[in-house]
Amino acid sequence: MGGLLSSLQHWFEERFGTGLLAVLRKKQVPLHRHTLWYYLGGMTVFLFAVQVGTGILLLLYYRPSPGEAFESVQFVMTKVQFGWLLRGVHAWAGNLIILTAMLHMFSTYFLKAYRKPRELTWVTGCILFFLFLGFGFSGYLLPWNELAFFATKVGTEMMAAVPLLGDWLLTFFRGGEEVTGATLTRFFGFHVAVFPALTTAVLGVHLLLVQHLGMSVPPKVEVAYRESGDAVPGQPFLPNFLLRDLIGWYIALGVLAALAALDPWELGVKADPFAPTPAGIRPEWYFLFMFQTLKLLPAKLLWVEGEQFGVLVFGAAATLWVLVPFLDRNPEGRSGRVFTALGVVVVLYIVVLSVWGWRG
Amino acid sequence: MTTSDTYSPPPDRQGGTVPARRRLLGVLLGSSVLASIASVLYPILKFVLPPKTGELDTDSVVAAAANELAPNAAKIFRFGNRPGLLIRLPDGGYRAFSATCTHLNCTVQFRPREHDIWCACHNGVYDLRGRNVSGPPPRPLEEYDVHVRGEEIVVARQTRA
Repeated sequence: MGGLLSSLQHWFEERFGTGLLAVLRKKQVPLHRHTLWYYLGGMTVFLFAVQVGTGILLLLYYRPSPGEAFESVQFVMTKVQFGWLLRGVHAWAGNLIILTAMLHMFSTYFLKAYRKPRELTWVTGCILFFLFLGFGFSGYLLPWNELAFFATKVGTEMMAAVPLLGDWLLTFFRGGEEVTGATLTRFFGFHVAVFPALTTAVLGVHLLLVQHLGMSVPPKVEVAYRESGDAVPGQPFLPNFLLRDLIGWYIALGVLAALAALDPWELGVKADPFAPTPAGIRPEWYFLFMFQTLKLLPAKLLWVEGEQFGVLVFGAAATLWVLVPFLDRNPEGRSGRVFTALGVVVVLYIVVLSVWGWRG
Repeated sequence: MTTSDTYSPPPDRQGGTVPARRRLLGVLLGSSVLASIASVLYPILKFVLPPKTGELDTDSVVAAAANELAPNAAKIFRFGNRPGLLIRLPDGGYRAFSATCTHLNCTVQFRPREHDIWCACHNGVYDLRGRNVSGPPPRPLEEYDVHVRGEEIVVARQTRA
């Protein structure tokens, strides 16, 4: 077995050089009290791979039309062998990936991994986060059940609040004036083709940047080691860190299967566009803080409509968030402390409003 | 950056290294990994094969109404999940066959001018008894029994003797 592997390796090296494997063999992961946060990026990639795999399998049975979508998901849940498991894993992982992406994003924020030379890693990471939110929003509609239908109606309605482009955006995303089968077709296209293609490209760049630039060490740790004169201790990526990564992924897979089995994802009632909106309608947890904010805004602020104001503020906030590496002039000094404080405010805001939106 | 030291196993009582214990751990780890992989692949493999639709083999159907077909005409009708061919002969009698060509499963058709059954895919020809007389079909068409019951023409699978 070992002989076979090494002769295969030799075959490739003769033709393509040592390339990627050599980079990975040399890669070291810094060991310090914040090393645990390094696992979150890989965990997000793992969950993405799970989504692609289970998504492709679900594509074998899913039918993207209003007359058949709900029934096809029902078929998968009830008749197809292990359909309940694969759909359950896909639904749960779709939620967990947003959580790990958020944890990964906030941990890199607070550990200031975005500082020079890793600005583009941060920017591509933000784009990936927005893509995952897009995946979540588009995927949610696909079972064409009551909750999804109305959540999509409310969610896309907010696009009309964007100034100038609002109506155009609404019509583009809905495939018409209202949420119909045309919306389902578009969302399906985004979910299985457009977003996967974009994510693959951006993720490729993101990962290449990480390999090329190496792992960032938090400023305080760096300073401490600089002062003591020692180098920051490291751990080989291959096989040590990767094996630890695998433990995490293995556990995550088990957790997903357990969640799919013990807390199955509901299918609910088939969508009826002419039924009244059910009580307690709300979006998925990761949109709750925005949803709750919009609920709290008054109908009019100065001369701007409340909803429009909210959308503008969120747009501005998202833009500033992406630009953080260029705004934080001195991450190791005063500017860095200001941004840390701002980060805490952002996290608290999201948590408080999400809980409020959940209970309210 | 300094790397962590590689681990050297302690010598056993005889003074050599300890391969047996490590080998056992290797076997245990390897078999656990294989079992895990199997536990992921098994549901996936079962998933990709569609469930049986549970349709029983149809025994008989109403193929047409009493005077629906003119003499020397035919129609394709549903026999379970497959197509059937009902022919009304020039003398007014009926014959019925499976419309699935025995060559490569195309759907055949009646030719009123030639008084035969023809497969457009590869020019296979059957006579009005369903026998393969020309072209690539290797076997005759499966024949069904036809019963006229009042206003209905009923086609049934032939009972095996």
